[in-house]
Amino acid sequence: MTDNETSYVLKLAAGRLAPPTRRLFLRRALGLGSLAMLAGCDVTDGATAERALDAMSDFNDRVQAWLFDPHRLAREYPAAMIARPFPFNAFYARGASPTVDPGGFTLELTGRIGNKTPWTLEQLHALPRETQITRHICIEGWSAIGKWSGVRFSHFLGRVGADPRARYVTLRCEDNYVTSIDMATALHPQTQLTFWFDDQLLPRDYGFPMKLRVPTKLGFKNPKHVVSIEVGNDYSGGYWETYGYNWFSGL
Amino acid sequence: MSLLPSRPAAAIHPLAVRVSHWINAAATIVMIMSGLQIHNAHPILPAPVPDAMTIGGWLGGAIRWHFAAMWVLALNGAFYLVHGLSTGRLRRKLLPLSPALVLRDLRRALSGRLGHADLSLYNGVQRFLYAGVIGVSAVAVLSGLAIWKPVQLGAVTALMGDFDNARLVHFAAMAAIVMFLAIHVSMSLIVPRSLKAMISGR
Repeated sequence: MTDNETSYVLKLAAGRLAPPTRRLFLRRALGLGSLAMLAGCDVTDGATAERALDAMSDFNDRVQAWLFDPHRLAREYPAAMIARPFPFNAFYARGASPTVDPGGFTLELTGRIGNKTPWTLEQLHALPRETQITRHICIEGWSAIGKWSGVRFSHFLGRVGADPRARYVTLRCEDNYVTSIDMATALHPQTQLTFWFDDQLLPRDYGFPMKLRVPTKLGFKNPKHVVSIEVGNDYSGGYWETYGYNWFSGL
Repeated sequence: MSLLPSRPAAAIHPLAVRVSHWINAAATIVMIMSGLQIHNAHPILPAPVPDAMTIGGWLGGAIRWHFAAMWVLALNGAFYLVHGLSTGRLRRKLLPLSPALVLRDLRRALSGRLGHADLSLYNGVQRFLYAGVIGVSAVAVLSGLAIWKPVQLGAVTALMGDFDNARLVHFAAMAAIVMFLAIHVSMSLIVPRSLKAMISGR
């Protein structure tokens, strides 16, 4: 691609993004340029640096998978420490969260799953309920303690006959957000398919009709408005991962 | 000694120390600048720091730099400490160290009476600053681990007073290292022979 074509594609891609994300995207594209200036070299070397950082991020994925202890639990906190109001965060502004009709909703299942029959919200709500009060840690640096209730994800995966030897679980969302996690984390006892937040039906801002609560990973690996779950062996990345956030992002 | 055949004087700083010093310098600067960019995503200070003090371009880019340079910093730092402890160099250079010695040499330095004739011998102020920055760097690494792995290394996070506090400790350690750098770089420019010694060894 020529430089002109590259810049055209970048602008086209930026135009398809929500404004805050568009700013980030363009800032990152500019970041490459300023980085090249800092190093006193041309953009080719900037691209070399990016490739080296990609390799380091992949290395960090492997280190974190190795460090991950499937039996080590995230700390639970007393109810008095719950943050109210709990912060809102998404790749769009407050108020832009998707509206899902609970009546017509079904959770789709794809990939290496024995029984792919879609689940209604009523069926999901009838699953055994667990509650956790844990700390949600955002990649931006803030954290907040919240109370989430729902079904243990490993229980749900067992019920539908998901292949526990598959490598990835991918979650796709009503707002077109997507992320994927490793199977070891999916089977962790605190990984929860969440339908309630602070004893209320999960509010729209916090991910109605369901989110995946993963207290052993950063907040962006806790997708909201989940509408489909895929189990498979092909790496599927995710929304922020495409921009360069580390895939494993374990805590 | 003058009766022995002449042989070149030993280097003020052995090669291992010089290489490790400059690797550490580069890694520390990358850690500070990328760390400040990460800080700006949710500032501890009343306002974000200027972009000129950061690298990475945005939060995600800065984290990539931070989590790449951390390996260089940690491995090089471990090498430096093992080398310094096993050769006895750290002990010889930094001890004895007492508040009285530091204050005496600080007074001498401020009144312009502190000599630098023998660069291989550190005065009290140098010993305090070099031992101090090693200690503060250890705190930076520990609080960094507490932020990076609050579940897997939960004991370290608890030691730091939980996640939010670990972030404050990490920032304070960075600020202390920046203060050290301001003094350290100024002194090396005031006594350029010391800068030359850290490059060529003598």
